[in-house]
Amino acid sequence: MITMKIYDVVIIGGGPAGLAAAFEAKKYGAKEVLIIERNEELGGILQQCIHNGFGIHQFREELTGPEYAERFINKVKKANIECMLNTMVLGINKDKVITIISKNEGYISIKGKAIILSMGCRERTREALMIPGTRPSGIFTAGTAQRFINIEGYMVGKKVFILGSGDIGLIMARRLTLEGAEVVGVAEILPYSCGLNRNIEQCLKDFDIPLLLQHTVIEVKGRERLEGVVVVEVDDKKKPLYKTKEFYKCDTLLLSVGLIPENELSIQVGVEIDGRTKGPIVNESMETSVDGVFACGNVVHVHDLVDYVTDEGRLAGKGAIRYLNNLFNKANKGDYITTECGKGVKYIIPQRLRMEHLNEWVMLHLRTDKNYDDVEIQIVIQGDIIKTIKKSKLSPSEMIRLRIPSDLIVNREIDNIKVEINERS
Amino acid sequence: MEDIIIVCTSCPLGCKISIEKCDSGYKVIGNNCRRGEVYVIEELTNPKRIVTSTVKINKSSISRLPVRTDKPISKEKIFDCINEINKVEICAPVNIEDIIISNILGTNANLVASRSMKKTVRD
Amino acid sequence: MYDVIIIGAGIIGTFIGRELSKYRLKIALLDKENDIANGTTKANTAIIHAGYDAKEGSNMAKYNVKGNKMFDRVCEELGIDFKRIGSLVLAFNDEDINTLNELYNRGIKNGVTGLEILDRKQTLDLEPNINGDVKVALYAPTCGIIDPWNLAIALAENAIENGMDLFLRTKVHNILRKNDVYTIYAGEKTFEGKYIINCSGLYADKISAMVENPKYELSPRRGQYFILDKKEGKLFNSVIFQCPSKMGKGVVVTPTIHGNVIIGPNAEDIDDREGYETTYLGLNEVKEKANMTSRKINFNETIKLFSGIRAEPSTGDFIIKESENTRGFINVAGIKSPGLSSAPAIAEEVVKIVNKLEGGLKSNLNFNPNRKKIINFEKLSDHQKNEIIKSNFKYGNIVCRCENVTEGEIVDCINRNAGATTVDGVKKRVRPGSGRCQGGFCLPKVMEILARELNCEIDEVLKNNKGSYILTGRTTKGDNYEDL
Repeated sequence: MITMKIYDVVIIGGGPAGLAAAFEAKKYGAKEVLIIERNEELGGILQQCIHNGFGIHQFREELTGPEYAERFINKVKKANIECMLNTMVLGINKDKVITIISKNEGYISIKGKAIILSMGCRERTREALMIPGTRPSGIFTAGTAQRFINIEGYMVGKKVFILGSGDIGLIMARRLTLEGAEVVGVAEILPYSCGLNRNIEQCLKDFDIPLLLQHTVIEVKGRERLEGVVVVEVDDKKKPLYKTKEFYKCDTLLLSVGLIPENELSIQVGVEIDGRTKGPIVNESMETSVDGVFACGNVVHVHDLVDYVTDEGRLAGKGAIRYLNNLFNKANKGDYITTECGKGVKYIIPQRLRMEHLNEWVMLHLRTDKNYDDVEIQIVIQGDIIKTIKKSKLSPSEMIRLRIPSDLIVNREIDNIKVEINERS
Repeated sequence: MEDIIIVCTSCPLGCKISIEKCDSGYKVIGNNCRRGEVYVIEELTNPKRIVTSTVKINKSSISRLPVRTDKPISKEKIFDCINEINKVEICAPVNIEDIIISNILGTNANLVASRSMKKTVRD
Repeated sequence: MYDVIIIGAGIIGTFIGRELSKYRLKIALLDKENDIANGTTKANTAIIHAGYDAKEGSNMAKYNVKGNKMFDRVCEELGIDFKRIGSLVLAFNDEDINTLNELYNRGIKNGVTGLEILDRKQTLDLEPNINGDVKVALYAPTCGIIDPWNLAIALAENAIENGMDLFLRTKVHNILRKNDVYTIYAGEKTFEGKYIINCSGLYADKISAMVENPKYELSPRRGQYFILDKKEGKLFNSVIFQCPSKMGKGVVVTPTIHGNVIIGPNAEDIDDREGYETTYLGLNEVKEKANMTSRKINFNETIKLFSGIRAEPSTGDFIIKESENTRGFINVAGIKSPGLSSAPAIAEEVVKIVNKLEGGLKSNLNFNPNRKKIINFEKLSDHQKNEIIKSNFKYGNIVCRCENVTEGEIVDCINRNAGATTVDGVKKRVRPGSGRCQGGFCLPKVMEILARELNCEIDEVLKNNKGSYILTGRTTKGDNYEDL
């Protein structure tokens, strides 16, 4: 019987969240830190995001994805953090025993005194959208197409229609154009784009690619290879207006219709999932509902900027250290206040705050349910508005970060703290 | 002259900035920072972009090396720049920021490697 | 010169091929498609019916009941999963109850064993997640679930091991008959044979018309389906039917052998025999009807939509006989539902016909009923997993993370005697891309493995048939570099 190797902190997923968490855990005193990564190298999805725009908050520079990744990979390597590449986690049990598989290690179990989940997310597919029609080749999620082009060096098509105006879709519109493909249009079912403004400007407008707001694809045509898509306008309830039906000839359909946190492992270990984010419910230290299991990055909620993923990773790394140092008083496990989504707020991270573990301030991350102009974000405790922030523009595509001084919360007998969006008075 | 609205892309905030030519230069409204002003004036007079792509790389585990221009280049030159990039083929090892093409198309910008890649022997 | 040429490599053709390979015969199996089981066999409800549905005395009733009993053995021999999870037909009103009694009586006459009428409580105990308005249900313990395309592939592999020749991408253009010898022009080749077995699914009437005026016609009938994520896989325990009524046949809701949930089909008569598309209306019909069975079906967890087409014969029953006018031309046509369930019994019947024509068949003494073993990594014990990775490190490389498929399994399925040559072929056999991400992560890797094993370029790898290319060349244009 081989004894099972025990690590202080095991990080599952070596993307930006996992890298930051691992480095932070090591920095604050964890001895045995292990990153498990299923790909052949660290960096996660950043390695295929060759465009610039990463790192403005972390480095005050506009880095490309691989550049951003390399800075953190170098830090992790210098800190002598152990990495298992080409390694897949098949399961985690309640005792934090992790079953892994790889060519080199075989099928083995290891244990983490603390575990940090940073598996990222996956893309929504055509089937999840239930687009009817045939099943030809030439339909890709934007991220898969990005991998083919930027990592493998192969083109996915010549005439492309893009459904969904998420950032990856916009970035891919430009990338495909630069590689000689024709992007015939980008359809977005909502009345506004889900991508960052700069991407609309630099990826669509620079190349005269039409953005069709309130449009969607209702049918896919073509027997072997895609031959075209049927596009319609939709009303405010997203119902197709069939009279507006138009056929777009194309050999490729790219889907950029949202990302879903990958929580199959989290569910296996018993972590409570928030129906709104589809990710684990976390507290101020990024700890999930299972003791000593932390989560950070896109596995918790889908971010628009990697800079904030890094911040979250650091928080989780620090949290894991506090847990290992027995600073979390387990007796008071149930003792927390909740963050409540008021009017206009789609979700808030973290969902739970434990008073005794707050620093001078706590950062709330939230998204609105739709676009707002000239509104106020209000933080409400027991009916009192304790803080008001004026905003000229709010959009669900841009995550809002609210830094709340802890003295507004601690030492008060409260159950929750609410954030809501109100018309400007 | 009508004022023009330009979405600032200096950072992901994407401020909508209006710019109007006036006697003393340009009247800029709506920017949240100094970079916004610089950006809109340049965007109006000589728009520039960072160009990113990949080049073929041999003797590495991945067959494409991501590259970027180290400075923004004139928007009009993007496609010419891509044509130049497509002519290149290199061999690993490469270090991040290694110059792949210097002074690409006379723009004063260098095309640089956007990551390091080790030399590997493929099986 | 072949003794027997089988046209159509679906479940019927492969079953017949394997059954005939037990005898000393030279057999060829032809199909126009790029892979085995690419037509009706690929897209259906994947159920082995008990056999109470079809009218007594019909071919459908006879072969279904007989065929059902034969699955355990053949699946055991070929290493194919088959589970008798039982079926329920739900009755919600008095009319339904009458129908249920008719089905029960018919089942008894057809020779179905174990049938029982369950009361409401018994039904809900078995299936707590169905609609509580259910009054009674007909329970058939012999009903089972299976993976039909992998069964067809296994049958073909085993038949090939026992001497059969397989020809894919070989579409039959014409058939001539001279001095009791058939010449088949197919693809670029010609084949000569003594007997032809026509089990070409939706095209059987067209193939018949090459030798005679066919006595039957086929019309395509389409059914649409949903497949839900494995997350929902525990919702139901058995195959759940609705009572056939004025409103139609109703839809089936059942776990699949792979742990998903399948819901469908509707029934639409269409003109196009290749009209494999799903439609908004068809899917909606399935959805609404399924809500009658259970309101707990979470369609938001859909991971796949598809449609299947079955051949509806003008005679209303399976056609399994030698042509009256053309000696040695055997039609196995109009094999709609319960065709899969009947397949082993139909194959036996066809052997009887060939035996009669030949005046007795000699056994193939080398016949090996077992197929070269398949390693399903997920099902091995921890120790076995470690051992196999040690002997072949490719089993340590998980390619598809939704279904936990290893590189070892993919390589194995490509390198078999009826191996996969396409992305869909690999997906059909070992399931990478069948999970919730539908290949988003593993497609590039599967293509790389296919290219390596088939010794071709990645951009030559196809999804399915000719024309279904996935990539359109390298990103850099005008290149002539070589991989060093």
